Amino acid sequence: EMLLFPELDKYEDVEHLNELIAPVERFFTENVDSQSIDIEGEIPKELIRQLGELGLFGQQIPHEYGGLELDATGYARMAEVTAMDASVAVTFAGHQAIGLKGILIAGTREQKEKYLPKLATGEQLAAFCLTEPSSGSDAASIQTRATLSEDGKTFHLNGGKIWITNGGIADVFTVFAKTEVTDEQGNREDKMTAFIVERAFGGITSGKPEDKLGIRGSNTCEVHFDNTPVPIENVLGEVGGGFKIAMNILNSGRFSMGSSGAGMLKKLIGFAAEHAISRTQFKEKLMNFGLIQEKFSTMAVTTYAMESMAYLTALNLDSYVEPDLSVEAAIVKVFSSEGCWNCASESLQVLGGLGYMKTYPYERYLRDARILMIFEGTNEILRLFIAMNCLKYAGKELKEFQKLLRNPLKNPSAMFLFMRKMSSRKPKKVMHLNEELHPTLQHEAWMLEQWTQYLEKAVQKLLRQYGNSIIDEQFHLKRLADMAIDLYAMTACIGRTSRSLCMGLKNNDHEKTMTQLFCKEAVHRLENNFEAIMSGDQSNGDDLRRQIAEKVFTEHGYAASHPLTKNKF
Amino acid sequence: MSGLRILVGCKRVIDYAVKVRVRPDKLGVVTEGVKHSMNPFDEIAVEEAVRLKEKKLASEIIVASCGPQQNQETLRTALAMGADKAIHVLVEDKDYSNLQPIHVSKLLAKIAAEEKVDIVLLGKQAIDDDCNQTGQMLAAILDWPQGTFASKVVKKDGSLDVTREVDGGLETINIKLPAVITTDLRLNEPRYATLPNIMKAKKKPLTTKKPSDYGVEIKSSHQVLSVEDPPTREAGQKVESVDLLVAKLKEAGFMKS
Repeated sequence: EMLLFPELDKYEDVEHLNELIAPVERFFTENVDSQSIDIEGEIPKELIRQLGELGLFGQQIPHEYGGLELDATGYARMAEVTAMDASVAVTFAGHQAIGLKGILIAGTREQKEKYLPKLATGEQLAAFCLTEPSSGSDAASIQTRATLSEDGKTFHLNGGKIWITNGGIADVFTVFAKTEVTDEQGNREDKMTAFIVERAFGGITSGKPEDKLGIRGSNTCEVHFDNTPVPIENVLGEVGGGFKIAMNILNSGRFSMGSSGAGMLKKLIGFAAEHAISRTQFKEKLMNFGLIQEKFSTMAVTTYAMESMAYLTALNLDSYVEPDLSVEAAIVKVFSSEGCWNCASESLQVLGGLGYMKTYPYERYLRDARILMIFEGTNEILRLFIAMNCLKYAGKELKEFQKLLRNPLKNPSAMFLFMRKMSSRKPKKVMHLNEELHPTLQHEAWMLEQWTQYLEKAVQKLLRQYGNSIIDEQFHLKRLADMAIDLYAMTACIGRTSRSLCMGLKNNDHEKTMTQLFCKEAVHRLENNFEAIMSGDQSNGDDLRRQIAEKVFTEHGYAASHPLTKNKF
Repeated sequence: MSGLRILVGCKRVIDYAVKVRVRPDKLGVVTEGVKHSMNPFDEIAVEEAVRLKEKKLASEIIVASCGPQQNQETLRTALAMGADKAIHVLVEDKDYSNLQPIHVSKLLAKIAAEEKVDIVLLGKQAIDDDCNQTGQMLAAILDWPQGTFASKVVKKDGSLDVTREVDGGLETINIKLPAVITTDLRLNEPRYATLPNIMKAKKKPLTTKKPSDYGVEIKSSHQVLSVEDPPTREAGQKVESVDLLVAKLKEAGFMKS
């Protein structure tokens, strides 16, 4: 079912989205001076006002509160355009994808009515305050506290947050703090709670804007709370339910990195292509050289996969009630962030020395792209998340046999039969995916089906080998995650190409070629990862990796003797 | 209070930023898959109408466009900028290549009469054909005064002071209403259609008509013989001395030997 690339219901819906996009694109081309925003390290207040007027601060806020009420697909489409300036894009994301998202998904009617209208016009900006100096990826370990007053009407917030986007310019903060919660048995526990906090409540100070490598126009700073009074009406969701809200908020915006990344890369590919077409060296245009062609093919295919995955996820988010596409969103984020970084680097390389100069935008796009792998959940954490989900599903199936595996001597014959079954199981055409698709994609569909089964095999092997302690085997978890990422990407590309072929869209043969290449390369990666998982730590180099890393930490740095060292005698 | 009723004509043209390419059959330019938008001078006309309405001098703005189905996008942009209702005169693709300013001016004349407008605002010319004819023809058909190449329009009692950009500089004339104005670049800077307004525009009325509804037949009176790229620019040559320059000019036949 995943292979049926979803559609917007009507042609008018597509047209409507395009109508919304056109003025925004024009505004960004004509009015947003990315170079000066980068150099000054600030987005001019006037520009913020104009962006607010255009309606861009309320993209997902419902009409009744003054927003555009865009669904996931509309939001993803708009992200392609706003990605033209990364600082602006991140300011938007900090404001609406996370800053006020909590109010949208967990807010009461009163909270929505009170805060959303001003946030929709950009009159007030929002910020998401979770990260602290000692709590980054480990969000549950935050130490900011919210203590309830004697009369039970106010919480007092104490603590400090760092790296808060829009921290210095926001008026409304979604703040996460630990609160003491007493359960029915009378046990007291510290649990995370989400609060809507207004700067006007007092006791809030913002540090000076951080001087960053990229997205320099986006305001990032420390935010400190000194006995800030927060009325209990401003608790978001339930007291003690903050962690779940935080995770839901972060999960809900993640997929748009695919479309914003694709938007950025499409522009870069265009610029670089113009250069390759016109630049002559060795009496030939650059575009005739194989090494240059390879770069463009990589960039085009990566962009295609990114785009396909982003919209597959977005359209599915819109098609189902209460969908859980958190794994897919994580996949999109990991792939897109790394794809953007690599392709931005390649496009810079095409320009050679010129690409390195600040007079051209390539270096800025590269610097802006670096943060993508870090924020919104580092790629390392997300890979673990993706892998754990693969294990979760396979684990359920294997529950029966796991009892056997823990104690093989108890029922040796069943054990033996199971092992036989598992090892001899060659991938069979169970899913008949090729029947759902355009006939020219048979081979790719078969590859997809086959490798999905191999992933299952790999998961089973790991569970057999490690049981529950698999969660500590991060070398393997990374491989599982990478396999899942490649499979989801293949699914998206194949589905989209099939649709394009069936619909006769322009340049659909080009799409087919790109999907063919993507699948070919993905299968190589899948083979390598599978091999490494199945062959065990002594063959795949993991043992060596651990030893090397251990030594570096013992020696507090690089540990090999200098190559020029001699023994004295 | 009786405000002015304004009709604004809009044309959907290839976007100004696009690199136009000649069709292989050399009878036109490539339009398929190419980005289109409202003629920039027409945007200025819409903006002027909206400003008049904001000043409470105008009471209703009607926008009209003649062309294929896609012209509705252009009309919706105008509605999003502040127009009140739109009329789309549907001209099918096959007839569109025959559509000329003479036809458009006849259609607009009929619409202006039907809608009982006081001012017709048009862009001075379209950036695709550069005809610069529709406004003038329209004024003639309606027998109304015209203020063309307007860079400033001020309402007076029953008339308009129009400052026109002419070769010699600026000329200000006073014309009685009802009148036809064509806009020039410096009249105003058009606003961006905001997204909330684009959404509101969907609810504004847009009626589709046919040229025959207005008794106009789209019959071409001329034929395109060929469309060609301008000659590619040759590289220049630098010469070291005046003598060498003279020699080269003589060589190329630009000077008598």
